[in-house]
Amino acid sequence: MLDQVNEANLLDIRGVCRSFPKGSGEDLVVLEKVDLTIRSGEIVGLLGRSGSGKSTLLRIIAGLIAPSSGDARCRGETILGPPNGVAMVFQSFALFPWLTVLQNVELGLEALGIDSAERRKRALAAIDLIGLDGFESAFPKELSGGMRQRVGFARALVVHPDLLLMDEPFSALDVLTAETLRTDLIDLWTEGRLPIKSVLMVTHNIEEAVLMCDRILVFSSNPGRVAAEFKVDLPHPRNRLDPTFRQLVDSIYARMTQRAEPRAPATDGIQGIGVGMVLRHVSSNVLSGLIETLAGPPYHGHADLPVLAGHLQLEADEIFHLGEALQLLRFAQLSEGDLMLTEAGKRFAHLETDARKKLFAEHLVSYVPVMGLIRRVLDERPSHTAPAARFRNELEDYMSEDYADETLKTIVSWGRYAELFAYDEQSETFSLENPH
Amino acid sequence: MTLQDILTPRLGQALRPNIWDAVALILVIGAMVLMVYGGEQTTLPLSALDVTPVSLDPANLPVYALRTTMRMLLAIVCSTIFTFIYAAIAAKSRRAEMVLIPLLDILQSVPILGFLTFTVVFFMNLFPGNVLGAELACVFAIFTSQAWNMTFSMYQSMRNVPKDLEEASQSFHLSGWQRFWRLDVPFAMPGLIWNAMMSMSGGWFFVVASEAITVGNTTVTLPGIGSYVALGIEKQNLAAIGYAILTMLLVIIAYDQLLFRPVVAWADKFRFEQTASGAAPTSWMLDLFRRTRALRALTYPFAALNRAFSNLHITLPDRLRLPGKRRTPSRLLDALWFAIIGAGTGYAAWRAYQYLSASLTLPDVLSAVGYGLITLARVVVLIALATLVWVPVGVWIGLRPKLAERIQPLAQFLAAFPANLAFPVFVSLIVHFRLSPNIWLSPLMILGTQWYILFNVIAGASAFPSDLREAAGSFHLKGWRWWIKVILPGIFPYYVTGAITASGGSWNASIVAEVASWGDTHLTATGLGAYIAKATEAGDFPRVVLGIAVMCVLVTLFNRLLWRPLYAFGERRLRLG
Repeated sequence: MLDQVNEANLLDIRGVCRSFPKGSGEDLVVLEKVDLTIRSGEIVGLLGRSGSGKSTLLRIIAGLIAPSSGDARCRGETILGPPNGVAMVFQSFALFPWLTVLQNVELGLEALGIDSAERRKRALAAIDLIGLDGFESAFPKELSGGMRQRVGFARALVVHPDLLLMDEPFSALDVLTAETLRTDLIDLWTEGRLPIKSVLMVTHNIEEAVLMCDRILVFSSNPGRVAAEFKVDLPHPRNRLDPTFRQLVDSIYARMTQRAEPRAPATDGIQGIGVGMVLRHVSSNVLSGLIETLAGPPYHGHADLPVLAGHLQLEADEIFHLGEALQLLRFAQLSEGDLMLTEAGKRFAHLETDARKKLFAEHLVSYVPVMGLIRRVLDERPSHTAPAARFRNELEDYMSEDYADETLKTIVSWGRYAELFAYDEQSETFSLENPH
Repeated sequence: MTLQDILTPRLGQALRPNIWDAVALILVIGAMVLMVYGGEQTTLPLSALDVTPVSLDPANLPVYALRTTMRMLLAIVCSTIFTFIYAAIAAKSRRAEMVLIPLLDILQSVPILGFLTFTVVFFMNLFPGNVLGAELACVFAIFTSQAWNMTFSMYQSMRNVPKDLEEASQSFHLSGWQRFWRLDVPFAMPGLIWNAMMSMSGGWFFVVASEAITVGNTTVTLPGIGSYVALGIEKQNLAAIGYAILTMLLVIIAYDQLLFRPVVAWADKFRFEQTASGAAPTSWMLDLFRRTRALRALTYPFAALNRAFSNLHITLPDRLRLPGKRRTPSRLLDALWFAIIGAGTGYAAWRAYQYLSASLTLPDVLSAVGYGLITLARVVVLIALATLVWVPVGVWIGLRPKLAERIQPLAQFLAAFPANLAFPVFVSLIVHFRLSPNIWLSPLMILGTQWYILFNVIAGASAFPSDLREAAGSFHLKGWRWWIKVILPGIFPYYVTGAITASGGSWNASIVAEVASWGDTHLTATGLGAYIAKATEAGDFPRVVLGIAVMCVLVTLFNRLLWRPLYAFGERRLRLG
C-alpha cells in the first residue's frame, strides 16, 4: 500500500535543510525542514520573497546542489546529481548564444546520446509544438525575449521529462509577452499536449501563481520554510477579475506580510538582529517618493499592498522590499497586506530637504545598528576616518560576500544622503569630513 | 604583456604583490638554473648545422617567408593546446590555481629572448646535431610570446562562465568533456582570439630574432626572413634588408586577410551578448567560404569531426559532477600541498643560490641592478616621449571619424610589423653619422611598440561620446582646460591599455635594441638588455639568469606599482558608459 503511494509521487522531499558556510564559522540556514510532494498531473507553485530559499529548493530538486540534510527523492530514487526525467526552464533563458535555435533544442538530446535522425525529429516536433516554426536557424540574439523563452521551453520539453522545473520563467519578460506565454502554456497543458506529467514553478508573482497553479506553497524567509499552502480549484482558463481569484490573491498577500508583524514594535530594537542585518539597496529617492505617495491621496497614510503595487507598477517582491526598508527605518509598518505610515513617516512627508535628511539620519543611527556602529567608530577615532574593510570583515561574519557588498553599498548611499559621514571611493574609507 | 588579470577589487579589498608572486619568481628562476645545469652536464659536441647556407638572393625570399610562417603557425597550435590544458587545470582545481596563476604572471614578465638562451641549449641537446632542435627552440620562442596571455584570457573566461549556462549544461546531463567543448571553449573564444592577435606582433618579432642567434659556441641559422636579415647586416646590404621588409609586409597582409580576419568574423557568434549590437566584423575570405558550395563542402568534415570529438564519452569522476555538494576542503591535504610547494620553492631557491653564488658576487648583482635602472629610465623616457607625440595626434585623428577609419588599420598594422627588421636601416644611419649609441639606439626599443599607444588613443577618442563633446563646447571649454577636464580623462583607460602593452614590448625589445651591429661595426648602449645580450653571446649562463631575474623583478614591480593602479583607477573612475 505504502509502496503504491510512493510510486504515484513524482517527487518526495522530506525534512530537507540547506545551509551555507559563513565567515564566522557558523552556518547560514537558508532552507529549514521542508516537506514537499508532487504527484502526477499537477502544477505546483513555490511562492516567496527573494532569499526565501525557494530557488535553492528548486536547485536541490534539479540535482544542481545537494541538501545539507534530509531526503530528496525523484521517482523513488534519491537525488544525486541531475535526475533523469527532470528538465529545467531558466529565468534568464540560459540559451547558448553560439548555437542556433535548433542546436540549442538538440543539446539535451545530444547529451543523452540519441542518434542524429531521431534527435532532429524530436527537436522539430518540440519547436513546432511551442510555436517556433521558421526560427530553427536563428541565433538567440536575433530573437525577442518571449521567443527566447520559447526556445527554453522547447529545449526542456524535447527530453520528455516527467517533471518540468521552472525558475521564475516569466519574470524577465515584459507584461504582455509574459501573459501570452503563460496562456499558451496553460492551453497546451489543459489540452494534454505537453509531453510532461507535472510542473513545479518558482515565482514571486502572486497573480501568476494563482493564474497557473493547482497548489501554491508560500515560503517564509530567514530561514526559508513552507509557511502555508493554498489550493486553487478554479478551472482553466482563469479570470483575474473573478472575485474568488481576487480574494485568493488578497489572502496570499496578507499571509506573506504576516510574519513581518512581530518585528514591528515601534521603538525596541529588533530582537536578535544586530550589525549583521542584510540591507537591500533601495535608493533614498525611492523611499522619499514612496512616503510622499503614501501620505497623499488616495492613500492618506494607509495602502493596500496589491493596490499600491498595481498603481506603482511594481512586482510584489519589489513592493515588499520597499515596505520593509520603510519598516526598518520606522517610517511605515507592514501588516496583513497593508502598508501604513508611522507618525515619523507622516512628519517626513511634509518636511523640507534638509529637515528630511536630519530625520533620516536620526532614524538611521537609532534603528540600523551598523550605521550607529560606523558613526561611533568615526567619532571615537582621533583621525575620524575608518577603512571600509573594517566593517566589511564584520559583516562577512554574518553574511555571504555578495550580501556584504550590497549592504555596504546601501550603507554608503544612505549615509551620504543623511550626511552622516563621507565615503571616499578611491581609498575606500569612511570619514566625518564632508566637503563644505 | 597584457594585464588580463585585473579585476576591480570589491569594496574594502586591495590588490598588491603577495607571497605567491615571490614563490612563482623563485620557481621560474630555479627551473632555468636546472635547465642550464642539465644542459652543461651533457655538453655534447654540437656538430655544425647541416643546412644549406642562407643566401641573399631575393628569389629565395618566398621560401624563407614560407618557413617563417610555418614556424608561426606551429607555435600558435602549440599555444592553443597549452592554453586549453593549463587554463582548464587552473580553473578547475583550487590547489593548482594557487601556484599556476602567479607562475603565469611571472612568466609573462620574463623577457622572451631570455627564454631563448636556455631553450636553444636545451633543445639542441635534445636533438644533437639535428636541425630539429633549433627549429623547436625557435618555435618555443614564439610560443612563449603568445601562450601566457592567451592562457590568462582563457582562465578568466572559464572562471566567469555565466552561472545559468553552467546550470543548464549540468541539468541537461552534459558530461565534463562535452561541457568543456560546448560551453567553456566557445565562451572563451572571443577573448582567446583577441589575445592571439595581440601577441602575433610579438610572435613575428621573436621568430625573426630567433632564427639567427648565437648562444656561447652554439650558432643557429635557420632559413627564414630573420636569418636573411642577419646575413644582410653582416654583408652591409641595405637592398637585401629592403627586400626582407617588403616580403614581411606582404606576409603579414596575407596572414591577416587569409587567417585572422576570417577567424575573427567567424568567432563573432561566440560573443556573449543577448542582443545584436554594433557592426559585426566581416571578411571576404569567410564570405567566400560561406557562399561557395564547393568550398563550404570542404568545411563539413571539420564540423562533423568537431561534433564527434566534443561528444566523446569521456566522463569525469563522480565527485566532480556535483559541484554544489559542499566538500569541506581537507586541511590535511592542504597542509601537504603547502609543504610540497614550500619544499619545491626552497629547493629551487637553494639550487639557484648555489649555482649563481659559484660565479657571481654581490657587486655583480649590484651592477646588474644598476644596468636595470638605466634601461628602466630609457623605457620611462621613451614612453613619455611617445605619449607626448602620439596622444595629441591620436586624439586629433580619433575625433575625425573619416580619417580614423583609414588610419586605424594602418596603426594596427604597424604594431604587428616586426620592428627589428627595420633596425639595420637605423643602425646604418647611426654608424654613418657617428652618433652616440647610448642615446640613439634607445628609440629602437619603442620603434615597434609606440603604435599601440597610437591606435588605442584613436580608439578612445573615436568612442568619446559626442554629447559630452557638445556639452564641453556649449560651456566654452577650450585649450588646456578642454584637454585636462574633457578629453584626457575620456581616453585614459584606452591610453593605459596601450601604454602597458608598449612598455612591456619595449622591455622585451631592449635585448635586441641595446646591442646592434652593421657589418663589422658593433654598437652597444649601456643597459640591462645589452648586459643580457652580451652574456648570452658569451654563453655566460649565471649572468643571463641574473639579468633575467633582475628584469623580471623590475617589470613585475613596474606593472604592479604603476600600471595596475592606473588601470584600476581608469576602469573604476573614468570608464564611460
